[in-house]
Order: sequence, then C-alpha cells, then structure tokens
Amino acid sequence: MVGQGLKYRDDYRNATFHPQVFLMWLGLVSIAMLFAGLISAYIVRQSAGNWLEFPLPHIFIISTLTIVMSSATLAWAYRSYLRGWQRSYRQGLLLTFFLGVAFLVMQYYGWSELYSKGIGISGNPAGSFLYVLTGLHALHLIGGLFALAVIVYQAWWRHVQMSQQQVIRLKIISYYWHFLMILWIVLYGFLYFTR
Amino acid sequence: MAKVQALDYDVDKYLEEQGYDDHFHEHEHGDKYKVSFISKYIFSTDHKTIAKQYLITGMAWAFIGAFFSLIFRLQLGFPDMDLSWLRPILGGWININSEGVGSLSPDFYYAMVTIHGTVLVFFVLTAGLSGTFSNFLIPLQIGARDMASPFLNMLSYWFFFLASVIMLLSLFLESGPFAGGWVAYPPLSALPQAMMGSGMGMNLWLFSLVFFVVSVLLGGLNYITTVINLRTKGMSFWRLPLTVWSFFVTAIIGLLSFPVLVAGFVLLLLDRLLGTSFYLSDIFIAGEPLHHVGGSPILYQHLFWFLGHPEVYIIILPAMGIVSEVMSTHARRPIFGYKAMVYSIIAIGFLSFLVWAHHMFVSGMDPFLANFFILFTLIIAVPSAVKVFNWITTLYKGNIHLTVPMLFAIGFVSFFISGGLTGLFLGNAPIDIQMHDTYFVVAHFHIVMGVAAFFGMFAGIYHWFPKMFGRYMNQTLGKIHFWLTIVAAYMVFWPMHYLGVAGVPRRYYTFDSFVNFSQFDTLNQIITIFAFVGFTAQLLFAFNFFYSIFYGKKVSERNPYRANTLEWSAPTNPGHGNWPGKLPVVHRWPYDFHKNGSDYRPQYVPLDPDERDVH
Repeated sequence: MVGQGLKYRDDYRNATFHPQVFLMWLGLVSIAMLFAGLISAYIVRQSAGNWLEFPLPHIFIISTLTIVMSSATLAWAYRSYLRGWQRSYRQGLLLTFFLGVAFLVMQYYGWSELYSKGIGISGNPAGSFLYVLTGLHALHLIGGLFALAVIVYQAWWRHVQMSQQQVIRLKIISYYWHFLMILWIVLYGFLYFTR
Repeated sequence: MAKVQALDYDVDKYLEEQGYDDHFHEHEHGDKYKVSFISKYIFSTDHKTIAKQYLITGMAWAFIGAFFSLIFRLQLGFPDMDLSWLRPILGGWININSEGVGSLSPDFYYAMVTIHGTVLVFFVLTAGLSGTFSNFLIPLQIGARDMASPFLNMLSYWFFFLASVIMLLSLFLESGPFAGGWVAYPPLSALPQAMMGSGMGMNLWLFSLVFFVVSVLLGGLNYITTVINLRTKGMSFWRLPLTVWSFFVTAIIGLLSFPVLVAGFVLLLLDRLLGTSFYLSDIFIAGEPLHHVGGSPILYQHLFWFLGHPEVYIIILPAMGIVSEVMSTHARRPIFGYKAMVYSIIAIGFLSFLVWAHHMFVSGMDPFLANFFILFTLIIAVPSAVKVFNWITTLYKGNIHLTVPMLFAIGFVSFFISGGLTGLFLGNAPIDIQMHDTYFVVAHFHIVMGVAAFFGMFAGIYHWFPKMFGRYMNQTLGKIHFWLTIVAAYMVFWPMHYLGVAGVPRRYYTFDSFVNFSQFDTLNQIITIFAFVGFTAQLLFAFNFFYSIFYGKKVSERNPYRANTLEWSAPTNPGHGNWPGKLPVVHRWPYDFHKNGSDYRPQYVPLDPDERDVH
C-alpha cells in the first residue's frame, strides 16, 4: 500500500534513504517520544513517594531472550532474501512470526503472575505504570505481527521474486521489529533498575 | 534606483531546455490520472486535493467555533438578554424561566468555551492552516510530483475527518460535549461524574483528539520526508522558500511533541476507564472518598503543556512562513535576512520544547525551577524579534503593492507585535502569578496566535487561491474583509487587557457577584458588539471564497504575481504530478526580486554568466 507512491528517479539525489524507509524512521521517532513521555511521567511520579516496590516476573527474562532471537531470525531472513536463499528466507520469516507470538504469550503470563500477587492495574501507580509501558509495547508488537503476517503469507503462498520493492518492504518491517526489540530491552532495563 | 525591466519568462522554454526529465510520464498505459469522481474528489491521493479538503473542513470548524464564541460573548456582554430565540438552534442549551425569558445554561457556557478552544487550536489552526498549506505548497514549491507517500497523506486527512465527525457527534449528546476547558485538566476530565460534559462528552473528546494526533503525525512524517528526499535538482536547503522551511520545522515540532500528548491521554483514559490513579488523589465527591490514591494532576499538566507550548509554534510558524513569502512577493523585495529567518525558525522550534512550564507558574511548582522556564521563555523573544525586524526591513523601500494578501501579511505583523509584547509580561512568573487566568491571558494568546495565525492563513488563502482554484477572489470584498476584521479583532481583544489587569478572571459565566467588575459592563458590551462585526466579516469572506471558486475572475497567466517560487511554473491547474513534462531545475534562491535591473527572476532561470547566487 505504501509502495503505491509515484515513481521517482532519484539519481541526482544523494540521499541514502529511500523515502518510504525514511518515513518509517520518523515513525519510530514518534513512537520513541510516546514512550519517553511515559517514562518521564514514571520518574516524576516515582519521586513523589508512595511507590510500591515489587520484583518483576522472572518470565520477562525469557521473553527478552525470545524477542532478541526473533530479531536475529528476521535479520537472517533479510540477508537470505538478498542472497536469494529462498528456503531460509521463508523459514526465518515464519520463525520470527512465531517467536513474536511466543513473546506476547510470555508477556501475558508475566502479567497474570503479577496480577495473582495482587499487583493490578488500578492499585499503586507502580503497577499501573508497568502495565501501561509493557502493554503499549505489546500493542505495537501486535501491529508488527500483522505486517509480518502479510510478508509471511507472500513468502509461503506466493512466488518469491527478487524486487527492489520487496527489499524496501523488508527493510521497513525489519527496522520496526528491531526497534521494538531495543525498546523492550530499554523498558525492561528501566523497570528493572528504577523499580 | 535603477529602472527595472518587467519581463515575462517563457516557462515552457526553460522547462524544456533546462528541466530535469524524471521519466515520470513514460511507461504509462493510457492516462493513469483518468480517475473516477470518488478517487478524484473524495479519496484522493493528490496533495492539492487533500489540501483543499483540509482547508474546507477547517473553515467549517472555524465557523462552528466562532458561532460558539458569539453565544458566550452574548452571555458576557448582555447577560440579561432574552436568548429564547436561540432555542431552535441550541435546544436544551437555552434555559427558559417561568417568565419565558431564555438564558444560556451555565453548563453549556463552559461546553462552548471548551469546544471553541479545542476546535480552533487543533482543527482550524493546526489542521486547517498547516494541513492545508503544507500539503499544497511543499510538493509544488520544492518541485516534487507529490508527497513521499500519497497514500499516508490521504489517510492523514481521513483520520482528521474521523476526529471531526466524533467531535461533531459530541455536540449532539444530551449531556453536551466536554466542558472542562480545552486543556482538559484532571480531575474535571478524569472523573466522569465531575460535571455534565465529563462523561460521554469527554470520552468522545479524547477519542477525537487521539485520531487527530494520528492525522497530524501521518501528515508530519510525509512533510519531513518529502522536504528531505524529494527536492528537485538544484533545490538545496538554502534555496528553499521560507514557507517550506517553516512547514518543515513545524512538522518536526509536531512529530516530537504530539506523541507526548498521547502519552498523557493514555494515562487519562486509564484513569477514567480502569480506575488507575495517575492523576487522581484524595478526592471526595458528595462526602464520599474515592478509592484513588497518590495521583498528581500536575503530572497531566506537564505532559499536556509539553505538547501545548510547542503547539502554539505549530500554529504560528506556518503563518510566519506564508507572511514572509507574501511580503517579499508583493513588496517586490528580497526577503531581508533570509538565513537569519531560517535560523530564527529553527531556534523557535528548538526553544519551544524548553518553556512549557511557564503555563504552570501557579500550579505550585518549584519557584527555582520557574526561573529556568522564565529565562528560556524570554529568550524566544529574540528570534521572534529578529523575524519582525526582517519583515519590516523587507517592506522598507519596497515597491509595496497593497493587495489583499499583502494587507493581511502586514496585519499579521501588527498582531504579532502587539500580542508578542504581552507575552513578555506573562513569561515572567512574578507578573504571571498576578495575571494568570485573567482576561489579560485571553487577550495575549488570542492576539498573538489566534488572530495573527488567522491573518497568516488569510494572506495564504488570498495569495494562493488562483493556484488552488484557477480563479481570483474578489479584491474589493477582500479589502472590506481585511479592514472589518482588523478593526473588530483589535476592538475585541485590546480592551481585554484592561479587564485582565483589573483582575477579571477568564472562564467565568457571570460577574454578578463581583460589584467591582460592574464598571466593565460597557466594555464587555463593546467587545461583544465587535465580536459580531468580526463574525459578519468572516461571512463575507466565506461568500467571497465559495462564490469565487465557481464565478471568480479566471486566471489568464501562469504567474500572476510574477513570483519566483516553483509553484508558478506549473500550469494554472496542474494535474496529478504537477508538471506535465519535465521537472523544473533550480538555479537560485527564491527571492531574487529587483536584481541586476530585472524585476524578478524565478528559481528555474539559470544564472547569468557574471551573476552569483549570493544571499
């Protein structure tokens, strides 16, 4: 859909970014600002006192490993596509998708573990903030899964062809996915060290 | 002064000989722009059509917002007036007492003030101003076929439309739209039971604004990418018109600040729907304590104003860019201090992120911290003053054509000065603590970003109307519109300074219980009368606008103002793709007026052998 733009010849431009890839970068900036706003709210609220301290669910460590792995498999799929290795391209994409789903499931288990310990969304703001930060991250990841599902569908049920347009598409989804991975590590580290 | 040569440039010859062939029109199977009515006028991906959609939607909201202001001005100026005649329009918003005398219900007074603020700030002066002109001018002035992603651009408008529909629906709720002020501070916005509009009205308000932010972000992503990636050959950053510079910086500000507003809204939504305590604490309703513990309403204010202050620059910067362009063209003078203008735009954009807490001096914040915000607030006066100085020196010794766009551009500078000066008062915490929430503040921001931004918008509409619709607006009606508007606007907002200094608080429904303020009754009546005069002038404008779309004088030449920027090198009614053949190639900055004996030199004209592109 995004690729339906008018065609440009840009041989006189020395811009290293394709416009649509650049659009994605800017989108990531705005998502980063959303989380920066929430994190600064967290810091301000925490310094005001009345802040509940609780350990993070252990499963978050495994989910962290999972999302790092899914990022790696996507990078692998991208490289495979560039080299024309169809089999590993397909497998990498599918693996990424399932690791993404696995991450979400683990997040869900983490939340229910917290909930069973009495840390609900509406109690102490320490808990509310955790649910908001991790929940919004999960929502963004669900959006990424939809985009990934389209690409997986193309790879498995359509003929795989080398095209510039597909490279750009893969670049866009990769940047988004790697960003979510880094964002999760930042969030996890932040929550871990500033409980 | 050397005699200038008024010559016409043969655009087609330059484009054919000098233009850049991007092979845009090759490999087409038939006419790919032969599109159906729906994809041409409704779900269009053409940036010019999207711009018009933004403009007309913005105008509709401007009239709704202005109509509300008339009603609450009636309440403030003539509180005893019988308003029962408004019942057919406003229905239950008008109470009728036992004697048959109608009066505005206080709840709906607050609702109208709130919706007036919300729609004018967001829907009219953000979407209607920057949405219209960024869309229309960026591709045309940088020599691009369209935006980087026309599809996202279309989505951007339709998210705005969705936001508009939701906001419009909230006006028809039985409990009315949100009524807690356009800033939507908790607890009024966080507790559904706080006041009439805080229930469903506030839900719709929040959803509407979240969709609106999506629209702004999609638009902003496109504007930035287009300016960075799709400039035509030779269009370096130092050759961009100031309009494009201002839209570019505006989009960056929006991209960085609107997501933070969403963060604030997410927390607000959770407080409302899931019972969290981000903003709520120790609240009793009818003697019953609520379960919320430990929240802070100040937190919302910080998140809100982190957008809220940059937002006023999102509003004013596009107007500044338009005014620079219009002034230079109609005074036949190069803009004075082009680079200083650009650096000022960037400086204003940067500083706008460091001043937000000057809206919160009375919120109980640390006075030491306030000093930081005072300092940066006052520093913003420097780039602003640089810009004003440059506009005035652009006019100095210029060959000023007092056309309608030029009049509005001059009016903009006038309002920007008079409103900007009161900003220096309010930026100082010691004075602001006295003035806060009085009519002095109302006067300040209406003049500096309300009326001034509108004047920039009018200048833009009158100037680019021939490009948008291929016809001229009526100049006589335009001049009447200008004089009525400038007089009415000053007469409405100037007296408010006196009210504010005397301590008259804003947002009050009535001043009956303040004997002191009865001395201002006449002044309030004068303000209300001029509000009506100003509104009438806008009706005149709307008539002129819509009449001229269909029956205005046709544009007979491609470059009617003899302007230098690239949009005038495209045909009067450019199709999708903007230039029928090659793209123009840029050889010079956009303000070569009165250079080397020629009146103007468009950007696509190559330099003479002995000429240098120095500015």
